Amino acid sequence: MNWFAKLQETFLEDNRYMWLVEGLGNTLLITLGALIIGVIIGAVIAITKYFCEGNKKLRIFNWLCDLYTTVIRGIPVTVLLLVFFYIIFVSVKDGVPVAIVAFGINSGAYMAELIRSGINAVDKGQMEAARSLGLSKGQAMAKIIFPQAIKNILPAIGNECIALLKETSVAGYVAVVDITKAATNIRNKTFDAVNPILLLALVYLVMVVAMTRLLAVLERRLRRSDGK
Amino acid sequence: MENKNYASGEVTIRVRGLKKDFADVSVLKGIDIDIHKGDVVCVIGASGSGKSTFLRCLNLLEQPTGGSIYFEGADLTDKKVDLNLHRQKMGMVFQQFNLFPHMSILENLTCAPVMLKKATPEQAKAKAMELLARVGLADRADSYPSQLSGGQKQRVAIVRALCMEPDVMLFDEPTSALDPEMVGEVLDVMKELAKEGMTMVVVTHEMGFAREVSNRVIFLDDGVIAEEGTPAEIFENPQCERLQSFLAKVL
Ligand SMILES: Nc1ncnc2c1ncn2[C@@H]1O[C@H](COP(=O)(O)OP(=O)(O)OP(=O)(O)O)[C@@H](O)[C@H]1O
Ligand SMILES: [Mg+2]
Repeated sequence: MNWFAKLQETFLEDNRYMWLVEGLGNTLLITLGALIIGVIIGAVIAITKYFCEGNKKLRIFNWLCDLYTTVIRGIPVTVLLLVFFYIIFVSVKDGVPVAIVAFGINSGAYMAELIRSGINAVDKGQMEAARSLGLSKGQAMAKIIFPQAIKNILPAIGNECIALLKETSVAGYVAVVDITKAATNIRNKTFDAVNPILLLALVYLVMVVAMTRLLAVLERRLRRSDGK
Repeated sequence: MENKNYASGEVTIRVRGLKKDFADVSVLKGIDIDIHKGDVVCVIGASGSGKSTFLRCLNLLEQPTGGSIYFEGADLTDKKVDLNLHRQKMGMVFQQFNLFPHMSILENLTCAPVMLKKATPEQAKAKAMELLARVGLADRADSYPSQLSGGQKQRVAIVRALCMEPDVMLFDEPTSALDPEMVGEVLDVMKELAKEGMTMVVVTHEMGFAREVSNRVIFLDDGVIAEEGTPAEIFENPQCERLQSFLAKVL
C-alpha cells in the first residue's frame, strides 16, 4: 500500500478527519477562553498589588495575591487540570469548561507578573502628571498607566498565548477531545501511528507561526498609533 | 512687613512650618510663605537644596512630614480634604514634560477636563484648540508627543495644565531638559502667562527669567528659606553669604 492510500485510509475513512477538526475547535476554544480569563485575573492581581503595596490596611490583599501566584506557579498545569476535574468540579461532566477555567487560572498567575512588570515599566512621571491634573489614582490607572502597560507587554502576552496553545495539548487527561486527543483516537483506531502524529505536529506548528505573524502585525499597528 | 512690590491680593497658597524628611535626611526643615493671587514666585537654590521637594509638597505629590499647606483656605494636609478636587486648580509643569505618549496632543489636552466632567468633549476641544493656537501649535493637535521637539512638548504640557483652568501654576525647572535654542519659546509662553496675571511658582535656574518676570524670589538653602525678596533685592543686594556665593557661581 502506498503512502497516499494509507493517508486516505487513516483520515478519510469514516470521515475521521472530522475528529481532528472538532478537536482543533476545542483546542482553540480552550486557548481563547483561558486567555481571556488569564488576562482578567492577571490584570486584577497586578492592579490590586499596585494599590495595596505599602498600604498596611490593605496588606491582606497583597498577601492573597502572592499566595495565589505561589500556589499556581508551584503546580504543573496537568496536575492542576486533574485537581479541577476530579476534585473541584466533580459534577461537571463536560471537560471543556473545566479545562478553560483550569488553564485560565494557571495563565492568570503568569499574566499577573507580566502585567505588573508592564505597569512598573511605565515612567513614574506619568502617574504624577495624571494626579497633578486632579485624576484619582484609579482614573490615572485606567486611562494613563494601564493602556501603556499593556502596550509595553503585548509581545510577552503574545508569547504567553502561544505557550498556552501548546499547553492545552494535555487537556486529553480530563476527557476533553482536543486536537491531540483526536489524533490519539485516530491512531488507536487505525493502528497508523506515524501520520496522525506528524499531522498533529504540523497543525500546531502552523498555528504558532500564524499567531507569531499576527502578533507582529498588531505590534506594528500599535507602534504606528504612537507615531513612532 | 510686606514689601510693596509683592502682590497684595488674597493669599492663594499659605505654607506653614512645612517639613519633609526622606528616610533619615531632612530636606525641608520648616518653611513658611504666603503666595498671593497674581504672584510670580521664583524658587532658586543649589542642586539638592530641596526646590523640587518644596514645589511637589505644594500639591501633595510629596506628602509633607510636618506643617500645613493651605490652598484657597483649605488645608491640603488634612486627610478629610478632597485632594483631587483641589489639584484640579493647581496646574503643574514638569522638567520631563510627562505628556501621555499613547494619546494625541488633543487627547492629552482634553482627557482630564472631560474625565473630570469640567467640560463636554466639544467644549474641551474648543478650549484646547484655542490655547494650542496661542502657543503656536494648533497644527500639531493630531500629532503624538514623540513627534514633537522638546520645546513643543513643554508648551503642550503647559497648555495641558491650563486646560483645567487652574488658579495657580507650579513649574519645576521647565526648561532644564531643553536644548538651549528651545528655552526661549517656553519662557515666552510663561512670560505671557505671568503678564495675564496667572499666579505662578517657578523653580528655575534661569536667573534672567527670575529677574525679569517674577515679583518675588526665594532662595532655599539647608532646608529653609534663607533669603527672600524682590528680584532687585535678591540679585543686586544679596544679604546672606550663601546666596552671595550661589549667585557668584550661577551669574
Ligand atoms: N524620593 C526621594 N527619596 C529620597 N531622597 C530624596 C527623594 N527625593 C529627593 N530626595 C533628596 O532630597 C534632596 C532634595 O532634592 P530635590 O530634588 O528637592 O532638590 P532640588 O533642589 O530640586 O535639586 P535640583 O536642582 O537638582 O533639581 C536631595 O538630596 C535628594 O537626594
Ligand atoms: Mg529639582
